[in-house]
Amino acid sequence: MTSPDAELVRPGLGRGLNDVVRSRFLLKLLVRKELKVRYRGSVLGLLWSYVKPGMQFIVFYVALGVFLGLESSPRNPDGLPNYAIYLFSGIVLINFFSEALGNASRSIVNNGGLIKKIYLPRELFPVASVWVSAVHFFPQLVILVVACMFAGWHPSLIQLVAAAAGFVVVGLLATGLGLLFGAANVYFRDSENFVDMLLMVATWASPVMYAWTMVAKEIGEFWYNVYQLNPITVAVEAFHFAFWVPTTDGNFPLPPHLLSWWLPVALLISAAVLGLGQLTFRRLEGRFAQEL
Amino acid sequence: MLKSSETTTAIEVKNISKQFVLRHTRSIKEAIVWLLKGRKGDLSEKFHALRDVSVEIGQGEAVALLGLNGSGKSTLLKHISGVMLPDSGTIRTRGRVAGLIEVGAGFHHDLSGRDNVFLNGAILGMSEEDIREKFDSIVEFAEIGKFIDTEVRFYSSGMYLRLAFSVAVHTDPEVFLVDEILAVGDEPFQKKCISKIQDLAAEGKTLVVVSHDLDLVSRICQRGILLEGGNVTFDGPIEEAVATLRR
Repeated sequence: MTSPDAELVRPGLGRGLNDVVRSRFLLKLLVRKELKVRYRGSVLGLLWSYVKPGMQFIVFYVALGVFLGLESSPRNPDGLPNYAIYLFSGIVLINFFSEALGNASRSIVNNGGLIKKIYLPRELFPVASVWVSAVHFFPQLVILVVACMFAGWHPSLIQLVAAAAGFVVVGLLATGLGLLFGAANVYFRDSENFVDMLLMVATWASPVMYAWTMVAKEIGEFWYNVYQLNPITVAVEAFHFAFWVPTTDGNFPLPPHLLSWWLPVALLISAAVLGLGQLTFRRLEGRFAQEL
Repeated sequence: MLKSSETTTAIEVKNISKQFVLRHTRSIKEAIVWLLKGRKGDLSEKFHALRDVSVEIGQGEAVALLGLNGSGKSTLLKHISGVMLPDSGTIRTRGRVAGLIEVGAGFHHDLSGRDNVFLNGAILGMSEEDIREKFDSIVEFAEIGKFIDTEVRFYSSGMYLRLAFSVAVHTDPEVFLVDEILAVGDEPFQKKCISKIQDLAAEGKTLVVVSHDLDLVSRICQRGILLEGGNVTFDGPIEEAVATLRR
């Protein structure tokens, strides 16, 4: 606690994300509150976090894997082997990103009542949203791992590290964009609609449902490199490398330089987005109380 | 001890001004119409909530901010708490500042009283050990008893306010900001709140109170600052401040 002879300090000037680390306890409580409140009064409760992606998975699997022929089968040898795992390992990551960014962008406006009245590190709200999404992501990951086990999954250490890196890439990116759009949303409510649009694009702008080779074949090397600059794309590919590749015979080629070049680049881009988000957030947060 | 604390500044407000933009519109359509009309008229209207306000409050002082509605009292309080930043000028505070600003702002209806005590305590800057240590005292002061594990939405408005107030007074900051909350609860609880605030003042806590209840503030505070249209028009003993306002 502060002693009575503490220095005179200027109130209301936070230290950005450092303050979030200092208020871990409050962060924990905010996350717990969010988890308790989310499915309150519903019969399925937290199960909804599984039912929704489960249904999404089934729809995509049937429509894309079976009807559009992405799954390999005796009649369709050109398809992807174990397409179900291929699809699900991408979907869980995209779901994490969508939920994290969607909620983080709304978090400041939704907590407006509090922000207008009491000073606290406002970065807590977007960070808590991302954290909650990570909590929802975890059980989906468990389901994925169990499915992989049935398909004979034997990952190497490098593959596990790649998965962790992919998760970090998406987490940083969602936090950075969440800070950016969460702050912008206070001034322009267009921001949350823009984010909805962005999330719709994000699902298709990464090789979640199709294979990267289809993209490379269609758009040429230059544009493929542009495509790879999207950190989510790299993270999804890293997840494929970690979860899907060990369940196949390994004949499907990895994107070139995925681990040696693209994964570090994706980490850097995500970190830069986080920096940018934090910077914008701090620029804008001074006027939150009067704009909300 | 008292002498030295009286000379230490707890809150220093230097020449702060604050302008609010009353935005008429945020839609592109209206902005384009405005541009096409040759930018006639103001797209936004501004008004001064605070004009060049300077105030210094010593440690252990109990100060009332007085004035009519819209005079800038609450805005000044929000600047001291750090919720708002001034357009110009500086504010500095010493030690932890906590507000009884609209009690219950951090309460969530779907959580139990217990969860809310923890959440609200943490929002007001208490640490985990702090809250655990004071938990019983908070519940006792609020007179909530066995309802502490009930969801707050089932509380009567009185219970709700009592719990919120109780959390706030247990945060134990150096500077206490009190905004128009003394009108909470029934008569006995109100008395309890007021005596608690008087205790805080006696303990040497710095108090800044905003209230329209002039009799009440004269009992708690020694000094009154009168605001009018964002300007400080009087700063002195509470009796004179109240007399000036009543005139």
